[in-house]
Amino acid sequence: MAENPIIEIRNVCKRFGQVTAVDNVSLNIMPGEFFVLLGPSGCGKTTLLRMIAGFELPTEGQILIDGQDMARVPPNKRPVNMVFQSYAVFPHMSVADNVGYGLKIAGVGGAERESRVREALELVKLDGFGARKPNQLSGGQRQRVALARSLVMRPKVLLLDEPLSALDAKLRAQMQFELADLQDQVGITFITVTHDQDEALSMAGRIAVMNKGEVAQLASPSDLYEFPANRFVADFVGSVNLFEGKLTLDEPDRAAVDCPGLGKVYLNHGVTGPHGADVWVAIRPEKIQLHVPGEGKAIRGAAEDAPEGHNFARGTIKGMSYLGDITLFEIRLESGAMLRVSRPNMSRRDQEDFTWDDKVSMHWRADSPVVLLS
Amino acid sequence: MIALFARFGRGRTPVAPLEYTRRWWMRGWVGLVLLFLYLPLITLIAFSFNDSRRNIVWRGFTLDYYDKALNNTSLMEALLNSLTIAALATAVSVVLGSLAALWLWRFRFPFKAGAEGVMALPIVVPEICMGVAMLVFFARIGFPTDLVWPFNLGAITIAHITFCFPFVTMVVRSRLTSFNREEEEAAKDLGASEWQALRDVLIPHMMPGIVAGALLAFTLSLDDFVITFFTSGPNTITFPVKIYSMVRFSVTPEVNAASAMVIAITVILTTVALKLQSRSGISAQGH
Amino acid sequence: MESWRNAKALFAGVGFPPAAWLLVFFVVPLGVVWLYSFGTNTSLTEIEISGTFSNYARALDPLYLGILWKSVLVAAATTVICIVVGFPVALAIVFAPDRWKPWMLLAIMLPFWTNLLIRTYALIAVLRREGYANQAIGWLHDSLGALAPLVGLPQPGAYEPMELLYNNFAVIFGLVYVHLPFMVLPLYAALDKLDKSLIEASLDLGAGHLRTLLLIVAPLAAPGIVSGVIITFVPALGAYLTPDLLGGPDSQMIANVIERQFKRANDWPFGAALSFILMYATFIAIAFQAMKNRQAEARQ
Repeated sequence: MAENPIIEIRNVCKRFGQVTAVDNVSLNIMPGEFFVLLGPSGCGKTTLLRMIAGFELPTEGQILIDGQDMARVPPNKRPVNMVFQSYAVFPHMSVADNVGYGLKIAGVGGAERESRVREALELVKLDGFGARKPNQLSGGQRQRVALARSLVMRPKVLLLDEPLSALDAKLRAQMQFELADLQDQVGITFITVTHDQDEALSMAGRIAVMNKGEVAQLASPSDLYEFPANRFVADFVGSVNLFEGKLTLDEPDRAAVDCPGLGKVYLNHGVTGPHGADVWVAIRPEKIQLHVPGEGKAIRGAAEDAPEGHNFARGTIKGMSYLGDITLFEIRLESGAMLRVSRPNMSRRDQEDFTWDDKVSMHWRADSPVVLLS
Repeated sequence: MIALFARFGRGRTPVAPLEYTRRWWMRGWVGLVLLFLYLPLITLIAFSFNDSRRNIVWRGFTLDYYDKALNNTSLMEALLNSLTIAALATAVSVVLGSLAALWLWRFRFPFKAGAEGVMALPIVVPEICMGVAMLVFFARIGFPTDLVWPFNLGAITIAHITFCFPFVTMVVRSRLTSFNREEEEAAKDLGASEWQALRDVLIPHMMPGIVAGALLAFTLSLDDFVITFFTSGPNTITFPVKIYSMVRFSVTPEVNAASAMVIAITVILTTVALKLQSRSGISAQGH
Repeated sequence: MESWRNAKALFAGVGFPPAAWLLVFFVVPLGVVWLYSFGTNTSLTEIEISGTFSNYARALDPLYLGILWKSVLVAAATTVICIVVGFPVALAIVFAPDRWKPWMLLAIMLPFWTNLLIRTYALIAVLRREGYANQAIGWLHDSLGALAPLVGLPQPGAYEPMELLYNNFAVIFGLVYVHLPFMVLPLYAALDKLDKSLIEASLDLGAGHLRTLLLIVAPLAAPGIVSGVIITFVPALGAYLTPDLLGGPDSQMIANVIERQFKRANDWPFGAALSFILMYATFIAIAFQAMKNRQAEARQ
């Protein structure tokens, strides 16, 4: 039996005057999913979230929650709740009053309200904080209040607008795990908006990457990283080397792209693109291995030989930045193009192997590059 | 043009929850309030052109009453007095007000809260109390009442300065809070003296506040009736005091004409000041 | 901010002119009035500061106490009407598109820049017996009256103009007319500072607009509401011109009584005592506002 989506977004457009914020987006979000809308600022992700909550209304298209059209349903009647970017914790109410606010409005009385508020505070590990005022809480604690305030309503979907952006780096990493954990515990569908790819990759079940109001790719985190659909996704999620080229060979089990910047790039799978078309080759920096010329184990002969499973290039180190866990190299290829390579610092002496202006050779497996048609 | 039609063609987009301004009852309410505020003034101006003594029904367009008002020497004298007082009071208020703002903004000193309180007092004290105080004060010190123009306006001008300059202080001081002290330090770092830094960095930053304060002082002075009423003598009638005595007798188109002229002066001054302020506001951006 | 000790010359040079001016032309005159409030008239022009409290005692006379109480009531009514009328206007400006905001604020402010006497005069023209208000109602009365027989009602008699001027209604109407901008601006400032997502959060949690207004917006805008109330109530309490020009014989307010003591009755000590009663009332109102502000700040 196929499950029905909890949220259906059908051909939704949102225009503000001349500006199109959301451009013909269709998405289905399934019950119990941890769904992330990822994109740079101004890509329309927050507008989309606010349309689900009911604060903005679509110019065109439909939004269905649990099969019901939401066009005429105001935010206070929708079975979704939102955690705001600023948390929007009511400053004149105690923590318990904040968490109990929605229940009070819904007419849930005394004892039941109290016990549900207590449960919700326990869930977010704020037991005993009920009597405090928001100004006595840290940023992280305020966020937990906002979470509890929404969760206590037992919504069908919880919407989170940039939930971690106001926290410092350490706390953010911790909250990423806690949020995923919490979602597991309560089983409610979470939809999170973020511009931070690490956050998206670590928490999400599925990610929709948005660009200029459109969904650029909808995929699981690992698919998004390893098989980006286009240059925008490849570049926005993680770091990437992009080279323009022509598709010269395209068979079911192998393909080749002729890149003026990088030379001929071989792949061990087909691309099913039009022959001779303009394409782009994307290679992640960590998938390239660096060697002192002549010392490479797998390299025999020139690049043109196309040894089984490996591509090959030469260059000169023009920049290095030591980042602790890895070192980033900027390498100028013989064509003059720049290539970025990252290398884990496996031992304490690794960073001493190479230095500026060293000649290096590089190689990468034939299944590492991704060929992008757009 | 086509885009405009397309927009209407698509019909109105639905009203989002927080778009209160797009709800019809809200628009109706704002419309009614604006009508309430403006209708009396608009009819007042309209009937200054009415060719009828009785000011009730429209009898045709005329400029007669402007002619009459402009030829009414006592009315024109009163207007001249008012403008003179306003100009003098504004000039002095701007200097005193800016100094006081700088003083309170720049320094920490004992009993500062008290000084701030006294500075704000003329703003909050009921006009009638201040008018009474001025009357008693000038009577007590025996301020001469038989000086020649414009020195006979001295008492009124002093009273006006006293209630105007704290307003200038308030406006300039709120402007100063947005001043970045590092700008001044940068000027000094580049070799400016205390005075040069003040002239080249701080005063330009204060300028929008000073302009707004000057406008406020001028209007408050021109507007004041109660305090002036208590400090003016038979030879120092100001425009509001003159209108007051005319209104007590009857409602005549002549008063309408004179009022319309003052409204015009106010609107022009406000427009000029707002223009100046927005321009200097842009040039003083970047904090 | 630096200590005055670091730059004594600058401190004195900048501070002396305004401080001296305020001392001589404000503190001293008020001091004289204060002293007079404990004085007695010894002759037509001489006042002896005898330290008597009889002037204040006289203010407790039912006649004056009644006027004082009435002034408070009129000012309170004005303030309440200004809140009710002004709050939706402030809300509308806050949520208006950015390019409209300055124009809407200007539209509210412009009457404030217009001379108070001119505005009061304009109201006289509207409210008097043969004024536009009566004309409009009369026209409505006559044209509706002409329609009455068509629906089977008897034709009403000729319209009798209402007395809209020279009564308490006119005074409150005039005070609202004059003070509305004072109320709208602080309300606007307070509402504009409010984090919009708090309103959204309340809607999101199921509250309607009215409950959001009462439970979230009003408590958070409280400092603005209080300052709007003070900024309206204080001048309305001490209003002189409006009751003088628009009021009837029974709508005298405290300021009119004070004026009479100084300009006609020539009883300066009593007038001084009444002035200081008005001052004390003002101070109490302002102290209340300061207290509320401090409470609000403590919450931030």
